[in-house]
Amino acid sequence: MHEFSLCRGVLQQVTRIAEAHHAIAINAIHLHIGPLAGVEVALLERAFPLVSRGTIAEHATLEVTRSVVTIYCAKCGNRCEPKRLFICNSCHSSVTELLSGDEMRIENIVLKKRVQTDHVH
Amino acid sequence: MCTNCGCNGGKQYTVQGDGFSADHTPPGETVIVDVHRALLFDNDQQAARNRQRLTEHNITAINLMSSPGSGKTTLLERTIDELLTRYRIAVIEGDLETENDARRIRAKGVEAVQVTTGNACHLDAAMVGSALQQLDLKQIDLLFIENVGNLVCPASFDLGQHRNVTLLSTTEGDDKPEKYPLIFRASDLLLISKIDLLPLLDEFDLQCAADSFASVAADTPLLQLSAKRGDGVAQWLAWLNDTHQQLQRSS
Repeated sequence: MHEFSLCRGVLQQVTRIAEAHHAIAINAIHLHIGPLAGVEVALLERAFPLVSRGTIAEHATLEVTRSVVTIYCAKCGNRCEPKRLFICNSCHSSVTELLSGDEMRIENIVLKKRVQTDHVH
Repeated sequence: MCTNCGCNGGKQYTVQGDGFSADHTPPGETVIVDVHRALLFDNDQQAARNRQRLTEHNITAINLMSSPGSGKTTLLERTIDELLTRYRIAVIEGDLETENDARRIRAKGVEAVQVTTGNACHLDAAMVGSALQQLDLKQIDLLFIENVGNLVCPASFDLGQHRNVTLLSTTEGDDKPEKYPLIFRASDLLLISKIDLLPLLDEFDLQCAADSFASVAADTPLLQLSAKRGDGVAQWLAWLNDTHQQLQRSS
């Protein structure tokens, strides 16, 4: 149950980014989480409002894109979405390479910028 | 129109890059800022710093993971008894509460830093970084990091270790690797512990455990041992020795 730690990690990163862009609010945070990331998205979504209360991300919506597990089989060269664990659907070898499914990324955030910035380009 | 950040002057402003690229979008606007960074970016950065510090001091750091009660501390006690004449050893102990494990290690004459994580179910790179501050790294060859007993969360947090070793004891189910595939797949070595109890445990089948492990981590070595009775300990020590030599050569 490390969803609180993950939320705090997300919040720290997006806060720094928001400051660098002179934002007054973070409207949305878009995450990409694979089924093998070890993250329970429902728990993450419940933890986020608690962790973000009183911060620049307080009213941000959390959008989560899920991906699927895909593997490459070193034995037969097949690429597939495995039916079981990391096992190749065609030759049933378990010597496989994970191509996707363990993603745990912040893709982008939507910021509302301050009207006047003290930073001049 | 801005050629640096990709904003088009229309309604939708986007700043490409990693979150910290130059932002030429106008003030007061709503902008999409690309980030494309790991959720655990800060932890990963700290882990990389830990690993670099350890490597600079020629230390081999082993992260021990397992369920609670699988025999991590007993294995460490045995390992210290066997290796203390050859290597300088230190231990970082992760537990939710108490100094009990650190005390057991200190009783063997080895320096141990207890990290009490409170409610956290895993160690993270910052906790290990602080523990490293309390150790004299010049006096260490092998550092064991005993993670919090848990087969879920520790798999997600890089600590800066060089190798992951996971224990599966014979008093647990032999299908654990399939139930907790992430942690077993992240292992560099699986130790099946408490094999002295096998005659008492009809439910635990070594072959089933090996098959279950192979289905999630086909190329990873597996050893069976009893830290109490001594079976298989020589092979474990040989693995440690080989790993340490290998890291010394590559650094």
